[in-house]
Amino acid sequence: MSDVADNSLVQFHNVNFSLPTPGKLKAGSTAIISDLNLTVERGETLVLLGESGCGKTTTLKLVNRLLTPSAGEVLVEGKSTTSWDPIALRRRIGYVIQEGGLFPHFTIARNVGLVPALSAWDQTRTSERVRELLNLVGLEPDRFADRYPHELSGGQRQRAGVARALGADPPLLLLDEPFGALDPLTRASLQREFGDLATRLGKTAILVTHDVREALILARRIGLMHKGRLVLLETPDRFLASDHPQARAYLDTLDVTDHKAGGKQ
Amino acid sequence: MNFWQFLQLNWSELLLLVRQHVVLVFIAILAAVIIGIPTGIALTRYRALRGPVLGLANVMQTIPSLALFGFLIPLPFIGGIGSRTALVALVLYSLLPIIRNTVTGILGVEPSVREAAVAMGMTGGQILRQVELPLAMGVIVTGIRVATVISVGVTTIAAAVGAGGLGVYIFRGLRQYDNNLLLAGALSAAILALAADFFLGLLERRFSFDAKRSGGGSVKQVLALAAGALFLILGGFAVWRSGDGATSYIEGRVVVGSKDFTESALLAEIVAQMLEARGVSVERRFELGGNLPHEAMISGTLDLYPEYTGTSYTSILHHAPISDSRAVYEQVKREYASKFNVEVSEPLGFENTFAILVRGAEARRLNLKTISDAVPHASQWRAGFGQDFMSRADGFPGFSKTYGLKFAEVREMDLSLTYIALSSNQVDLIAGNSTEGRIATLDLAQLADDRRYFPPYEAVYLVRQDSLARVPALSEVLSKLANAISTEEMRRLNFEIDGNKRDPKEVVKGWIAGKGL
Repeated sequence: MSDVADNSLVQFHNVNFSLPTPGKLKAGSTAIISDLNLTVERGETLVLLGESGCGKTTTLKLVNRLLTPSAGEVLVEGKSTTSWDPIALRRRIGYVIQEGGLFPHFTIARNVGLVPALSAWDQTRTSERVRELLNLVGLEPDRFADRYPHELSGGQRQRAGVARALGADPPLLLLDEPFGALDPLTRASLQREFGDLATRLGKTAILVTHDVREALILARRIGLMHKGRLVLLETPDRFLASDHPQARAYLDTLDVTDHKAGGKQ
Repeated sequence: MNFWQFLQLNWSELLLLVRQHVVLVFIAILAAVIIGIPTGIALTRYRALRGPVLGLANVMQTIPSLALFGFLIPLPFIGGIGSRTALVALVLYSLLPIIRNTVTGILGVEPSVREAAVAMGMTGGQILRQVELPLAMGVIVTGIRVATVISVGVTTIAAAVGAGGLGVYIFRGLRQYDNNLLLAGALSAAILALAADFFLGLLERRFSFDAKRSGGGSVKQVLALAAGALFLILGGFAVWRSGDGATSYIEGRVVVGSKDFTESALLAEIVAQMLEARGVSVERRFELGGNLPHEAMISGTLDLYPEYTGTSYTSILHHAPISDSRAVYEQVKREYASKFNVEVSEPLGFENTFAILVRGAEARRLNLKTISDAVPHASQWRAGFGQDFMSRADGFPGFSKTYGLKFAEVREMDLSLTYIALSSNQVDLIAGNSTEGRIATLDLAQLADDRRYFPPYEAVYLVRQDSLARVPALSEVLSKLANAISTEEMRRLNFEIDGNKRDPKEVVKGWIAGKGL
């Protein structure tokens, strides 16, 4: 873990998050996240890896204040998320979810230009930005700008989702299993392109996945989560060499094909 | 007169009614949208309110429309008679589909889309206006569409409280047994409903954004609904007109009919019980609207029903009204025998004529005894008349001409509602039935027909000649009932049922026993 405060963008300090236990009237709560300490540095891509229900999506939502910690605090740019104006905070953070979460009644151009429009950019600047972003994610503006999400393929929608998240050039991107619903070939090429893009733009990204291959391709560091706890935080090389039982369980799934990162390609 | 000729003659009145109808529906839907959509939005925010509010709206819809109109008449501000009451009722009926579909539409927005909207930094208002409402709009428009189709139907009932619209033709057609009126009213209402459905359907399609929805179930549902509405309107019409032609004829059994008001049912019940006491099996076909009993009797479905000579004379035989009761009776007896093979019984002993009524307090204050006494005051009065009285040969046109009456306003509404309207100061003069029990209980005063305008309405039984031959007990019963009921007695019997809410069968049983019949 790095303690270089200057270079950190997001910090988790002893974060706990719990939900009231359903069904019971008074009794306690169920812990979703326990004692999370984590620092995300500027420019790095941190991948949170874990099975369903391990708390990785909750961790992501604590960053842009879709959720707030039950105990501890999450700092973004040195300020606790609870001290931020939530609207201002979220407009500084790009958010990509599975299938893109695009608005079905907006054209691709309007979806991608959403945050600039909300931030009251003028028309010309917004539409220039939209063209730039569509080119960036490999969607020809002339072909795609005026289409609706349902007229696009899953991969194209995911590209548009990334473009929307980049809308107002936020320093931080949160991605929640962004490539999960895609077929393997589309997924592989999108993963590669996203990796290049993040590096080129110097964005900080936190990406959540249950696909160890995706983690190995994209991550500078991999955070392995299990039952609400961060159990391992390592670079891909050292993750591959780790003998932590949870890490080994993931790596064993790779044995079927190939030991190397990026397996099938 | 065929339907085409009828339309040519009444084209301008029909258009006027269509316009009234459309205006009522339009204003009601507009108000329901203005109230319903914000209510629906609020219900998506405050979960605890959802059950109670939707439940209340649901209950509103289960109240029969005529009953709701009845409840509203005596209420201040929102009640009374005329289009205001009709609008209140229409709005109440339209709220449920609009509120429910607003809630369903907004809650139906994909959670991932809503989450994305929050995460993009949209404010609550922006999410509502830019995401939730546009995405819910298709479902909301479906709700508006359903509400509109319902309202077109309910508005036909609004004629009962004097709000006008196509119901005026339908009610009048039912009472006068006039297919042209019925067809013109029902067909126009059906066309209005279908047109509203079609155009709102186009609007709805504009709001479908993803491929799934535009080809999906909701459109089919609406089509089914539209087809259902058309089916109900036309089917209801067909059933109403066909009467009970299919009822099989059973040897020795007597089918007794009545019109759709208390007194007629009571007179029919008297005959039915007396026949049963003589071992004759009786089938009761009571509460038949308009001139349906006549039609049913001519077609052989009914054996007998109670009628009034004046009604037969003017409405069935189409003679101009005259005031000599003996002449009317003789003429009716002769013509029914030759035209319909129907026998007219001896008069029962009372008349049920139109009673021109004012509030008792008013009559005492102004010292009103006769209709002529009222003429000087009429210009400041509002009159309320049943559809029947407005249109029949011996009704309003001749009445106002004979007395030279000019009212400040004349409302056409359901007869049974005019009594309450009068006593609650909604109108100042009505034409009721002289044997109506409520005349005494509501302290209404009857003005004497000093110019003898109204023809005699002696109560009689009409009975098929072949029924008399088939069931000998019939002649005996009818002869016993000749001159057996006085006007006071009839008023008292009516009041036992309408005023004291007693069971008609019990009332009749007691009366027969008391008379020793």
